[in-house]
Amino acid sequence: MYTEKVMDHFSNPRNVGELENPDGLGEVGNASCGDIMRISLKIENNIITDVRFKTFGCGAAVATSSMVTEMVKGKTIEEALAITNKAVAEALDGLPPAKMHCSNLAADALHKAIEDYQSKQK
Amino acid sequence: MKRIYMDHSATTPCDPEVAQVMLEYMTSTFGNASSIHSFGREGKKALEDARERVAKALGAQPAEIFFTSGGTEADNIAITGVARANLKRGNHIVTSAIEHHAVLDTCEKLTKEGFEVTVLPVDEYGLISLEDLNNAITDKTILITIMHANNEIGTIQPIAEIGAIAKEKGIIFHTDGVQSVGKIPVDVNDLNVDLLSISAHKFYGPKGVGALYIRKGVRILPISFGGSQERKRRPGTENIPGIVGLSIALEKAVNDLEKDMDYLINLRERLIKGITERINHCQLNGHPNKRIPGNVNFSFHFVEGEALLLMLDMRGIAGSSGSACTSGSLDPSHVLLAMGLTHEVAHGSLRLSLGKHNTEEEIDYVVNSLAEILERLRAMSPLYNNDLKAGGNC
Repeated sequence: MYTEKVMDHFSNPRNVGELENPDGLGEVGNASCGDIMRISLKIENNIITDVRFKTFGCGAAVATSSMVTEMVKGKTIEEALAITNKAVAEALDGLPPAKMHCSNLAADALHKAIEDYQSKQK
Repeated sequence: MKRIYMDHSATTPCDPEVAQVMLEYMTSTFGNASSIHSFGREGKKALEDARERVAKALGAQPAEIFFTSGGTEADNIAITGVARANLKRGNHIVTSAIEHHAVLDTCEKLTKEGFEVTVLPVDEYGLISLEDLNNAITDKTILITIMHANNEIGTIQPIAEIGAIAKEKGIIFHTDGVQSVGKIPVDVNDLNVDLLSISAHKFYGPKGVGALYIRKGVRILPISFGGSQERKRRPGTENIPGIVGLSIALEKAVNDLEKDMDYLINLRERLIKGITERINHCQLNGHPNKRIPGNVNFSFHFVEGEALLLMLDMRGIAGSSGSACTSGSLDPSHVLLAMGLTHEVAHGSLRLSLGKHNTEEEIDYVVNSLAEILERLRAMSPLYNNDLKAGGNC
């Protein structure tokens, strides 16, 4: 059902946890639909220097969360905002069709964390 | 890596002796039971011997046993067949919220033909209330269909009492016995049922074959056409290897019933105890003892079922879950929701259904694995914080 890359990110997830005093915090999903992703960011000089995730959800949910944190570390905010859910799925060599929507919210969580950061700058 | 199979409610391995006999009926005693010649007569004899075996195992008469392609088809024939045959008498059907889709979807389809269906709620153990049943019955009720044992949580309904009510009111009563036959005592007269569905692959028989018991005198209209086999209730060339296999597997299961039940209850209790002692923030789903001997179903808070299953699978352990991700729909199991679980708690459910080949060592290994897995998944979960580590016992 899942690609090797998905299984790798699921069994060895990268960047699990929470940052203390994050510069940006974003959460999407809800427990009743079976998926919650929370991403916290450390941002310095427009660059995402550190990132962590916590996820309640299936194999695809964990893998996409893990992958997005890997994709975004060291990138600028603009580059991070350009990351799409589709790109995350592609980086994982694809997801089963049924998993594309519900569990592929990782990029959304990332964008929400950035929005949180940006709203605090105003 | 040693694999541990704990998904016996999904299916069971076919008993090798049963498979051996089936092979004979595929290759040497292969005649079509409807043929006049000696090959056909051999097939016919095998078929009728099998029918007798099944009837004996269920406390029925051979003429009351009809072979099908499995439990789903048996449910379809029973419900649609009885409903359509009784349309002139009434159009109301009573069922429960935790039935298998073979029953629920069939009832749903019948509402498009002018039937009305009352779905009885269940309590937090998954049990229907006899009072609710009595109140639901009207003078238009022609069928009650309530499963003997539930596939997800193992809860056993008070079938004999339901049957007594049905009998008293002159209403036909069907029970889906797919998860009870071969696991707990099932006698059609003790249970007061008029129709009973069974499926071979749930009791160490082959897949693709089942049976429907129809009490003498209960009329049904067939739902498929094209032959006179099974007295027109289920036309089509009989699957003699499968039918023979089913009958031998059932006979074995019934002979070994007490021994198997004792063994499985012991294993089940060991698993439940192990989990409740080692893991906190979890709950047993279903009734503590009105329960199929091998069924264990827990909800683990703060984690999701598919992730749990994947990690178990990586350790060689096979189970199943009621989470939405594993059902392929957006909602978690309708059974768990009907019992009053929140979506969140239902998503974190795990069903381990034990079989006679499971051992105490396997149980202990599974408990240890679960403890490790839950620690990992909870560390990743936004719903779990470290303050919760203590307390919140099962």
